[in-house]
Amino acid sequence: MTSDRPLLFKNACLVDPASGREETGGLLVRNGLIADVGAQLTSVADAQIVDCEGQVLSPGLIDMRAFIGEPGAAHRETLKSAGEAAAAGGVTTIVSMPDTNPVLDDPAIVDFVRRRARDNCLVNVRPAAALTKGLKGEEMAEIGLLKDAGGIAFTDGARSVTNAQVMRRALTYAHDFDALIVHHVEDPDLVGQGVMNEGEFAARLGLLGIPREAETVMLERDIRLVRLTGGRYHAAMISTADSAEIVQAAKARGLPVTCGVSINNLALNENDIGDYRTFLKLSPPLRHEDDRQAMIEALADGTIDVIVSDHNPQDVETKRVPFAEAADGAVGLETLLSAALRLVHSGRLSLPKLLRALTLRPAEILGLPGGRLSIGAPADLIVFDPDAPYVVDKRQLHSLSKNTPFDEARLEGQVTLTMVAGRIVFDRHTM
Amino acid sequence: MTDAPRSAFPHRHLLGIEGLSPLDIQALLDLADAQVEVSRQVEKKKSTLRGRTQINLFFEPSTRTQSSFELAGKRLGADVMNMSVASSSVKKGETLIDTAATLNAMRPDLIVVRHHAAGAVHLLAQKVDCSVVNAGDGAHEHPTQALLDALTIRRNKGRIEGLTVAICGDILHSRVARSNMILLAAMGAQVRLVAPTTLLPPGIGRLGFPTFTDMREGLKDADIVMMLRLQRERMNGSFVPSVKEYFRFYGLDQEKLGFAKPDALVMHPGPMNRGVEIASEVADGAQSLIREQVEMGVAVRMAVLEALASHLPNR
Repeated sequence: MTSDRPLLFKNACLVDPASGREETGGLLVRNGLIADVGAQLTSVADAQIVDCEGQVLSPGLIDMRAFIGEPGAAHRETLKSAGEAAAAGGVTTIVSMPDTNPVLDDPAIVDFVRRRARDNCLVNVRPAAALTKGLKGEEMAEIGLLKDAGGIAFTDGARSVTNAQVMRRALTYAHDFDALIVHHVEDPDLVGQGVMNEGEFAARLGLLGIPREAETVMLERDIRLVRLTGGRYHAAMISTADSAEIVQAAKARGLPVTCGVSINNLALNENDIGDYRTFLKLSPPLRHEDDRQAMIEALADGTIDVIVSDHNPQDVETKRVPFAEAADGAVGLETLLSAALRLVHSGRLSLPKLLRALTLRPAEILGLPGGRLSIGAPADLIVFDPDAPYVVDKRQLHSLSKNTPFDEARLEGQVTLTMVAGRIVFDRHTM
Repeated sequence: MTDAPRSAFPHRHLLGIEGLSPLDIQALLDLADAQVEVSRQVEKKKSTLRGRTQINLFFEPSTRTQSSFELAGKRLGADVMNMSVASSSVKKGETLIDTAATLNAMRPDLIVVRHHAAGAVHLLAQKVDCSVVNAGDGAHEHPTQALLDALTIRRNKGRIEGLTVAICGDILHSRVARSNMILLAAMGAQVRLVAPTTLLPPGIGRLGFPTFTDMREGLKDADIVMMLRLQRERMNGSFVPSVKEYFRFYGLDQEKLGFAKPDALVMHPGPMNRGVEIASEVADGAQSLIREQVEMGVAVRMAVLEALASHLPNR
């Protein structure tokens, strides 16, 4: 599909959280950009037509947190396989984590990933660069040079910066460059040997628990440092009711704080671990049902800004081991939208509100032009049937790794078409 | 040159620029102007301090400041003794106050002190009977550096008042910056600070100096660009990420200097880290005053010693 000839989506249920638009109409794509949009748009001379048959047309999803194995662990995931999974799941922009080998703490490696993604990946990849050299939490990375090379945000990925002085200086320095710091809020000392949420269920399973305070202590500290420095800060994922309260208070104070939640903490709870299912060993861990409910409420009231897949491919060697020895993480790019639609189907969240956390908010936080159905915005779009039922079969996932926590789950809502920069990168009907 | 009487210098010590009036500063600069001429003669020796003893007490090594003070004292006819920490009893555990008492018993007339701790020179000055010159205390003050910078500016621009001076780099740890900020502001210059926020003292905004984290903006229309040294241990991820990044965003090269006035002049207290805070092309370029600063250093120190001599006993 080339961008020379205009393309018209018609009979679409347009859902655009940016404008509040929710109506039947059409959308015209020309030269990779949205050229027109509206109820009146039913035909355009010359245009190639895609009839959406009443399905939802929305901005493509922007996933602020995905681990990709390239460079360094291409057996788990490559930019190519991640792109295929993303396209099938309706994710048009991936923010990749710097936890690669070598680590993304060098402008040349950021440049490498960007070029490699451009050539091999179906969707947009915006690498997040390392916040500290080697992700060691000791010395800040070259934030200015990395930003110039295309680092969209700065994070130590799955690691937390435990040294408050380092965090203070990084927030201070990043502020000068208007750089966003994304932080995994989990105090490793409080996590200790813990492998799942601390509480009754961990006690029954005989597994060591991770207290909620591992998250809240780190989050509180960070917010104090944001207040001191004025740096732009995004808590990568929160998982507890207390965390939501902390973020809410910080926002009420006008601090430049935003936060995300993993789809897993919205859709699952600790009981789903069942009999030691290692695909559900995650960081942050799946919490109590009360926490999950609090996450949904915090998403509904805007305390939580974005939903992330926390896509983390692991292979058999790191998952087919006893629970406590298994690596953290689950794949999620491909199931992100369907799993999130559970909240809509259960009546907890409206579709525009859900899409807001998957499109507009990440775009705003990252300063990206996408995430909205506006004229002139990049034509990063998805068409999906929010009600289409299916059963997840891990063997059919596009990811090289199959560690999905939703295997055999019944989900509703499937992407039928994904477009990136005016190019159709996924079409279920032709697959 | 005004004929401010030397005996008018109303201070027994020179501990900092803080506390000097614009008139005091003016008088020292005028006196220093005269000393420049002395140093340019074949016969460079005066007898103002003949028979006097000057001790240079350096707890922190500094070849250039120490030799500048030594030469200044010798040109004024003083007997100069250098004591550096390596050869002193401080290494053996003597306290600063004990050292002061010991030296005082030797009846010096002038003690020039460099110490790594802010406030140490003040403490020592309280414990001795002679005049004390602060040759740098921690990140607090380095008054003779500020005076020599002012003299250099005045001789090249004809004035200080109304000039825009951008002080750039590691302001947080710099006694040179602090003394210069006070002096230049007192003399009517517009002082700006240019640095990443990690190298600015928190709360500096309250002092009323405009601060810039973007160097190009900070240099816009500056008459004087004053660069500061960045210590090696601060450039590897603690305060700034790396030399490469620091030089890119805060190193003075010809391109960034282009944002200052066309006749802007460049200064550096030395020793320079070429390729860190300053490019060689600028350091050695036509707009650089760096070598002239060294010459002015001797003149200013002669002026300071001479001004303080008016307070020595038996005068």
